Amino acid sequence: MSHHIIEVNDLHYTYPDGTSALSGISFRITHGESVAIVGANAAGKSTLLLHLNGFITPNIGKIRIGDFSLTKKTLPMIRRTLGMVFQDPDDQLFMPTIYDDVAFGPINLGLSKEDVHNKVLDALSSVGILHLKDRPPYRLSGGERRAAAIATVIAMSPDILVMDEPTSNLDPKSRRNLIELLKTFKHTKIIATHDLDMAVDLCERVIVMHNGKIVADGSIMEIFQNDSILFSSHLEKPLRMQGCPKCQNSFIEK
Amino acid sequence: MAKISSALFDIGYIDTLSRQNSLIHGIDTRVKVLTTLVFLITIVSFKTHEISSLFPFFIYPVFLIILADLPFSYFVRKIIIVSPFAVLIGILNPFIDQTIVLYIGKIGISGGLISFFNILLRFILTVLSALILVATSGFNNICIALEKLYVPKMLVIQLLFIYRYLFVLIKEASQMSKGRKLRTFNGKGMGIKVYASLIGHLLLRALNRAQRIHMAMLSRGFDGEIRTASNMKFDKKSFLFFILWSIVFLIMRIYNLPQIVGYFVVIILK
Ligand SMILES: Nc1ncnc2c1ncn2[C@@H]1O[C@H](COP(=O)(O)OP(=O)(O)O)[C@@H](O)[C@H]1O
Ligand SMILES: [Mg+2]
Repeated sequence: MSHHIIEVNDLHYTYPDGTSALSGISFRITHGESVAIVGANAAGKSTLLLHLNGFITPNIGKIRIGDFSLTKKTLPMIRRTLGMVFQDPDDQLFMPTIYDDVAFGPINLGLSKEDVHNKVLDALSSVGILHLKDRPPYRLSGGERRAAAIATVIAMSPDILVMDEPTSNLDPKSRRNLIELLKTFKHTKIIATHDLDMAVDLCERVIVMHNGKIVADGSIMEIFQNDSILFSSHLEKPLRMQGCPKCQNSFIEK
Repeated sequence: MAKISSALFDIGYIDTLSRQNSLIHGIDTRVKVLTTLVFLITIVSFKTHEISSLFPFFIYPVFLIILADLPFSYFVRKIIIVSPFAVLIGILNPFIDQTIVLYIGKIGISGGLISFFNILLRFILTVLSALILVATSGFNNICIALEKLYVPKMLVIQLLFIYRYLFVLIKEASQMSKGRKLRTFNGKGMGIKVYASLIGHLLLRALNRAQRIHMAMLSRGFDGEIRTASNMKFDKKSFLFFILWSIVFLIMRIYNLPQIVGYFVVIILK
């Protein structure tokens, strides 16, 4: 299936106020891959993700999602294929109740009432918050809100899941739950984050960004062992890959 | 900004109330909206010198509060909080109109005083019925009901969004204000200039958020129309609720019940 391929070619973008955010990004992600996009603050991760969904049009460069180049005409199609989970769940939960929120997408797709209902229940139970369906969004904890935001995207049955800093603002337990949840998803995943430990849990491949450029792209285990790459892009080796302060053994051997 | 936070808490409380299960909660929201409307129109149609004929109307809020299992004290508190507004509106009447129209024992009651109490009563009744409507239906359902009652969709959607993001905005405002308080000493940095910039920031944040929400909506197939999955059922119970109350309001509007009762009491005592 060429369906889930994402191809980005020489992407350049400068914000209207003159901030240069991306300068020459290229990569190719194939079906079923889980890719972490890591980088310090202001590296350009969010800007890159907004390109994938057509919210920002590149100054230079091309994007292909599946069989389509990203153009105005293919945009609705591409937005169905590529589900985006925003950094702040409050942006994504805009309806009166969680149920309405999750139903919003499927209703717009024109599904029948019954199908919408089933989709909503499926999506909510897959993220483990079926019991919260009648609550308003402002009555949920951070972790629950994140799960709800993911459910709204899952309900659209996307092939590709794109997430911007999914573990930010979560307590350790909610973070762990989320990681376990994401492990169960078979989608092609792109996760922008500076939670490198989570990246190790979920992804085999990593793209390291710094100042709008890709400085490394490859196996996560190899790149995260490379101190000079991490240092120059203002990142720190994930805790579990650092030597144990007592016995000097790394928790992960490779 | 403690005040804002507690306002937030209270909106949350009325929202919790609206999630109860009771006979009244179970009635179609459209019907409750319409009944409240009839109630309000009846109240507003009273002339300014009537007092005794207004009292029977308390039967509606009291009846609903009891049947819907709502806490009386909450509504009493709310009324006390908002009644200064009504007092402000009516406070001058007793001074403007000092002609004595009625004696209770030896004390003369002026027309102004009567119209003052009239305003106060009507205000309390209005606020009570509106609060009860929200507490038995929930703000969101009311919006959806309004849409089903042919209120323009754009207006309803705006109401929904305002309600949804009021909470977020209040949170952001109180965070910013906390941040400011923590960094001001001896009243320095509390001036109007700082306030202006705070509000400017709040506006910018709101704009940015609106943009992101729009993106989130677009990515889920938004095409300019908001469709909701809710279904309201208009059953016999709801129909009866509307008809019966409307009749009661009409009777109370046409006949001055306390006067009639008093009349009969006098006859019986004779
Ligand atoms: N709306 C915007 N207008 C102007 N500049 C922006 C905007 N959003 C982000 N930037 C700038 O673009 C650069 C990349 O930001 P971003 O993609 O958000 O980075 P990241 O998500 O990796 O932290 C930063 O220098 C940031 O200040
Ligand atoms: Mg970002």
